[in-house]
Amino acid sequence: MVIENKHAFIKRLSLTSVPLPANSITEANETLDSNEIPTTRVEAWKYTRVAKLGKIDFISERKEVNDTSSYIIDDSALTLFFVNGYLSTEISDNLPEGFTCKKLSSCSSDDLQQTKVTHKSELFNALNTAYLNDGIWINIKNNTVLDRPIQLIHITKGARQLTNFRTIITAESFSKSSFIQGFFSEDTDQSFTNSITEIFVEENAFLTIDKIQFEEEKANHISTEFVDQAKDSTFTLNTITLNGGLVRNNIQVEVNGQNCTTNLNGAYLLKGKQHVDNHTTVDHIAANCNSNELYKGVIDEKATAVFNGKVFVRKDAQKINAFQSNGNVLLTDDASVNSKPELEIYADDVKCSHGSTTGQLDEEAIFYLRARGLSEKSARKLMVSAFIGEVLGKIENESVVRYVERLLKERFEWDFN
Amino acid sequence: MITIKNLHTTIAGKEILKGLNLEVKAGEIHAIMGPNGAGKSTLASVLAGREEYEVTQGSIDFDGKDLLDLEPENRAREGLFLAFQYPVEIPGVSNINFLRSAINEIREYRGEDSLSAKDFMARVREKSALVELDPKLASRSVNEGFSGGEKKRNEIFQMAMLEPKLAILDETDSGLDIDALRIVANGVNKLKNNHTASIVITHYQRLLDYIIPDFVHVLYDGRIVKTGGKELALELEEKGYDWIKEELAL
Repeated sequence: MVIENKHAFIKRLSLTSVPLPANSITEANETLDSNEIPTTRVEAWKYTRVAKLGKIDFISERKEVNDTSSYIIDDSALTLFFVNGYLSTEISDNLPEGFTCKKLSSCSSDDLQQTKVTHKSELFNALNTAYLNDGIWINIKNNTVLDRPIQLIHITKGARQLTNFRTIITAESFSKSSFIQGFFSEDTDQSFTNSITEIFVEENAFLTIDKIQFEEEKANHISTEFVDQAKDSTFTLNTITLNGGLVRNNIQVEVNGQNCTTNLNGAYLLKGKQHVDNHTTVDHIAANCNSNELYKGVIDEKATAVFNGKVFVRKDAQKINAFQSNGNVLLTDDASVNSKPELEIYADDVKCSHGSTTGQLDEEAIFYLRARGLSEKSARKLMVSAFIGEVLGKIENESVVRYVERLLKERFEWDFN
Repeated sequence: MITIKNLHTTIAGKEILKGLNLEVKAGEIHAIMGPNGAGKSTLASVLAGREEYEVTQGSIDFDGKDLLDLEPENRAREGLFLAFQYPVEIPGVSNINFLRSAINEIREYRGEDSLSAKDFMARVREKSALVELDPKLASRSVNEGFSGGEKKRNEIFQMAMLEPKLAILDETDSGLDIDALRIVANGVNKLKNNHTASIVITHYQRLLDYIIPDFVHVLYDGRIVKTGGKELALELEEKGYDWIKEELAL
């Protein structure tokens, strides 16, 4: 079946050859056919303008990156590099026991039957499915405890590159593992990385992902996580956004079993004309679970940020503890943020709270520090690092924290020690 | 050490100090007393360099430097210290980490080598003992969750760490019970020597039982209207301020 593509911006791209389920591809094509790029009239995109993506004449090319050393976040990790959506390193034969990974293009269609990706009215998800370059499927076997993190480094290289990439992680029962996802770019101009990560956290599994976003200021990035938690599992996602012209994160967590813990932490530090939008959904379907969400942002110059966090507690999901907090500091009069925490509770025996604060750095505190001999610049740095430090303090992997601190120093000249 | 001449300041267009004169020499302790609204805290704020206050007339010479020309941090680096009336809580900023940065920036300003971690920690132990501040508090976030007395002791701890030439205590005694008052006063007395000076701003005479001033000044309506020895404080405690108004026909 050939469906005529109505979108000019992807006319140069080829439909995917990854053996995704046929109905999924059909659904995706139908969505592409019947939907425009969302405008700000669509509630979910009210504060984030993506219409400009429709005006770019995208291409998708395989490229090579010669020196990848500066992108290595954790030296001790098992590392895979992807350039423009294609695996650029060979998968070593010497993988840890209980760990398997495969390129999606090498998978059989049977491997890829299980999917959480929804397409209805979700143009970017549909784009990802229909035009998927490639992806990686990772499985952590039952009872496996990985003693070093898995590091997935994505580099978008070149002008007008559109990369559709998908990561599928299955953490089987009683496994424990941690991942690092790094998103970088080189020589980009009007590039667009459209990444989906599907995460299955099975019974009593522990899974942590540290996601670092550091693409260039002319890069566009949308990443979407679909998380499915089974009973007794713990899932943590730390999203650190330090650069990228337009960044949108969609995180959708379904907590399907009892006694789960879900931690979503985010830090975003913006300047220039950056725009970063974090949309999160935690859907408590089962009872006796905890979710904790802490997002903090520091917005400088003319940058803009959006936070929209939704927590649903379904009718049968009693005894839920759900906490959500978003804090923002605006460093200039031109910086702005739109923050919208939302709770929808249908159960009657739950403990939920949410809050949002936006303000400037406390000038009284800055005066206090200066009165002790610190320069104004040092005082402001210290206040910023204290504010954002609460989120960085949630990251357990010290290498990741050090890398983030290095990037902060490089980009903002902020010392975080 | 510091010479204030004919100081006039306004905040939001309102004149608060109206020609204040004060000279403090090394080795001296000066107490400044006065009714509410006389301008005591304004004086402390102007000396520390709070930007909301505009100096419309007058001069302040601090050991040969024009104090009004200096940024707040450079006043601190020149050796001026203000113990805040209301110490600020700064969540996430560790008390000792920021002090270490402050001390090293001060030393850099003065062309001195930075203090080693070992020497710094030794100083923290010594000075926190001096003000009987729990070393655990010293390493917590600045003033966060401290009681009123702990905050004031932390001010004196910081003062001890920074070893200023001139310390200004802005109502450091307010809200302290007698034990805390004694500890704070003891800290101030131990730091006293021939090269340092203090200006103690207070409402209450009782602090001056513990910190013996060389001079007591009465600040009234933006000016120092009377100066005496420590016995003046007792007289003020007993009789209030009205008699001064009458005596001076204010």
